[in-house]
Amino acid sequence: MSQTATTAGSLPHAGAGIEPRGPRPKPFFTPKKIIIYSVLVLFSFYFLFPLYVMVVTSFKTMPEIRFGNIFALPSQVNFDAWIKAWTSACTGLTCEGLSPGFWNSVKITIPSTIVSIFIAAVNGYALVNWRFKGSEVFFAILIFGSFIPYQVFLYPLVMITRQLGIFGTLQAVIVVHTIFGMPILTLLFRNYFASLPQELFKAARVDGAGFWRIFFEIMLPMSLPIFVVALILQVTGIWNDFLFGVVFAGTQNYPMTVQLNNIVNSAQGTPEYNVNMAATVLTGLVPLIIYFVSGKLFVRGVAAGAVKG
Amino acid sequence: MQSSVSIRDLSLNFGAVKVLEHLDLEIAQGEFIVLLGPSGCGKSTLLNCIAGLLDVSDGQIFINGKNVTWEEPKDRGIGMVFQSYALYPQMSVEKNLSFGLRVAGMAKEEITQRVKRAAEILQIEPLLNRKPANLSGGQRQRVAIGRALVRDVDVFLFDEPLSNLDAKLRSDLRVEIKRLHQRLKNTMIYVTHDQIEALTLADRIAIMKNGVIQQLADPHTIYNRPTNLYVAGFIGSPSMNFLEGALKGGNFIASDGTSIPVGSYEFLAGRSTDAKAVLGIRPEHIFLGEAAHAMPFRTDVEIEIVEPMGSETLAWTRLAGIPITFRCSSDIPLRVGDKVNIGFDVARGSIFDAESTDRL
Amino acid sequence: MADTAVHAGEGAGTVVRPGFLKKTFLHNLPAKIAAVPMMATVLIVFVGCTLWTIYYSFTNSKLLPTGKFVGFDQYERLFATSRWNISVTNLISYGIMSLVFTLVLGFLLAVLMDQKIRFESAFRTIMLYPFALSFIVTGLVWQWIMNPTLGLQGTMRNLGFEWFTFDWITNSRMVLFALLIAGLWQGVGFCMVLMLAGLRGVDEEIWKAARVDGIPTWRTYVSVVLPMMRGVLITALVLIGSGIVRLYDLVVALTNGGPGISSEVPAKYVYNYMFSGGNIGQGLAAATMMLVSVLIIMIPWVYLEFGGKGRRS
Repeated sequence: MSQTATTAGSLPHAGAGIEPRGPRPKPFFTPKKIIIYSVLVLFSFYFLFPLYVMVVTSFKTMPEIRFGNIFALPSQVNFDAWIKAWTSACTGLTCEGLSPGFWNSVKITIPSTIVSIFIAAVNGYALVNWRFKGSEVFFAILIFGSFIPYQVFLYPLVMITRQLGIFGTLQAVIVVHTIFGMPILTLLFRNYFASLPQELFKAARVDGAGFWRIFFEIMLPMSLPIFVVALILQVTGIWNDFLFGVVFAGTQNYPMTVQLNNIVNSAQGTPEYNVNMAATVLTGLVPLIIYFVSGKLFVRGVAAGAVKG
Repeated sequence: MQSSVSIRDLSLNFGAVKVLEHLDLEIAQGEFIVLLGPSGCGKSTLLNCIAGLLDVSDGQIFINGKNVTWEEPKDRGIGMVFQSYALYPQMSVEKNLSFGLRVAGMAKEEITQRVKRAAEILQIEPLLNRKPANLSGGQRQRVAIGRALVRDVDVFLFDEPLSNLDAKLRSDLRVEIKRLHQRLKNTMIYVTHDQIEALTLADRIAIMKNGVIQQLADPHTIYNRPTNLYVAGFIGSPSMNFLEGALKGGNFIASDGTSIPVGSYEFLAGRSTDAKAVLGIRPEHIFLGEAAHAMPFRTDVEIEIVEPMGSETLAWTRLAGIPITFRCSSDIPLRVGDKVNIGFDVARGSIFDAESTDRL
Repeated sequence: MADTAVHAGEGAGTVVRPGFLKKTFLHNLPAKIAAVPMMATVLIVFVGCTLWTIYYSFTNSKLLPTGKFVGFDQYERLFATSRWNISVTNLISYGIMSLVFTLVLGFLLAVLMDQKIRFESAFRTIMLYPFALSFIVTGLVWQWIMNPTLGLQGTMRNLGFEWFTFDWITNSRMVLFALLIAGLWQGVGFCMVLMLAGLRGVDEEIWKAARVDGIPTWRTYVSVVLPMMRGVLITALVLIGSGIVRLYDLVVALTNGGPGISSEVPAKYVYNYMFSGGNIGQGLAAATMMLVSVLIIMIPWVYLEFGGKGRRS
């Protein structure tokens, strides 16, 4: 709502003695405002509670946790759980903590992001400026395919990557992420390039520039905003991925999410909840930082994923 | 007789910006008043204040004698028509017209009757079951007016209703609005930046600039006796010619020394005073050739540009070094380079004080 | 480049037919080369793999794919397996609840956020941050919160609220609700952001007109704004829907299908049979069923959005 349409109907009218003049008297606490803010604050508790619990639990010692009060603050900030989670927690057969998983995630995310974004950018560019017969059909199938559950593609993809000799390696995961990131990223870039003035492109062609030249010297430099959005989308999505990591990466290359799940759900003996929570926070840290840093851009990226056609 | 709408000492600030300052305006019963001015002059803001959509910072608003400064728009006895029509997109025309009445809990028969009456006046009966998306711009605007009509109110507010229409539609609907006013005889407050709409529709025009009413008068007065330089330059197309110079003795001395007698001019103070001044004369008050003979001031000029407009011709030339325009019949053949004799009577023009820009 | 090659071909005085083919193929060549990854992806993965999966779901494959065609055997077995049937009913129950609650809560929160409140930015940051987290993170933290002895229930009971129960995660009748709470926590913020964008797209003058007409705010939202939001609602529906069918990570992290099989979902069924159950055929049949269900939802939507000409939402 705008500045002009102020809240209606809940304000005092001029009494017998008051002569109305100037701005309407607006009491600070109207019932409407109270309801609005209380509901929002209530939901904020719902959203913030798990974060609080995660962090607080990770700083406690096990005796403190066994006390049975998840609301309670730790008596002192204890980093033991964090150190254990990072260096020595057991992720299946090895007990090296999350740090290998972290680096694996990095090794998966960076190349996947670069490759998937680059290919999608080229796709979007080709679809908008260099249409050829059938290009739109390919794009339509791409988009349609993005709705199909991954499980339909899993086994054949495993077979293909095995044939190519890359199953169980980083390359396989990178290829898979590129494949499944293509629809939405191509859509993003296609829409963006379609919104750029055609004259720019035509002028460049008149000047004699060809496909790649125009792409690198004209389109790319102008695409910074959409690149950032795509970057946020991909880094967050790939870092948080579980399925492709567990299927294609191979035990040596499990990303952080897979390691995390192993630490918590495949643990032997008594669960060490503080370590679990520390590990959980560590895994969520990277996307959270991106989220808080990018702010409005994150929202735009997420909403851009929602804009179809 | 009690005025229909009375605005007293109205001020509105957006933070530190003073949008409206100590505005006073009395509007008579059944009057059609136009708030005219460029973007940002405060005319829409004033309208929104009258409607109750904006809270004022100070001052009071009375409608039909009732102090409505703190009232909600629905309790002020107003109906409003917006620039973008603002029709409810998912409702049919009939539902658009009746929605407010249904929410207010009015009896079904009463609603049907009012809708029928409005549709009949605005000739939109065949459109009642259509959705806004299936209407033309002109039809949509009529439905928007209808929505205000069914409210059975005394005061109608129009916020640049024709600005979204193309030129032909605009002139058609302009006449419709004038006819509506003649038929209904309600008070109408109309905001626009288009001077043609203002001149043709208004009983009185309030020209606004920076939140202050420059002149409030009927169209004829505004056109022929503008109260300051701004109003003079704003109204009239092509705009008034302005010559800078000074009043000395009984003459106006232009910057290049040309002397123009001002004896026939009606000074507000009664007589001429020596001062730096600006002389304004409209293109249609400058005459050519024979008609110029009778004029108190005549001079020879050379034609620089000729703009044939079909119904007449607009000629550009120079007087005292300043480009001026004048109109003449399209029958008279004019060519660039022609040396002609033109003349005018200052009594038809306006003289403004160069410092204060007020009319002298 | 490609253009000059075409001109050379024409100028060389070749016969129309071969020149035509060459021209069609060579025309716009760099773009076609650049689009090879996309075309390969579409053909090999989206079309090829899908067809492969469907085809082999009709075979007897166990540990490795065989070519032995067995008709609808796998499907018959599938529909007779209680684990599968429970997965499907679970997904339907979860799906409907998730869809309804996410949309309703998302819309309500968006309406509240639309009321010119202070701290809007802060509220939005708080509501949306869960969306940035992995489903694994979400599942694990809620698993901890829902721990009966040491989580929320335990805490409340230790604080004196003996009657407080929150052991849904161990309760086979309530476990879907546990899943729902975690799922909503992650998804509502996103839906709210979408809805808010839709709300903000409503022309200010419509609000003014409604106010002059005397329509109360809530009524304006319901009767005027909501019908205008059709596009956003459908987009939200499709996005949430497609996310629901894929539900996998969250289940693995929160309950791993338990207790027992009471929170199994189709995606997990597929994975288990394909990779650890040694029955690929079953897995493929299940995957094909997932495909079919998506098609059932998608095709009406595609028709609605693109089939009805002149019906722009």
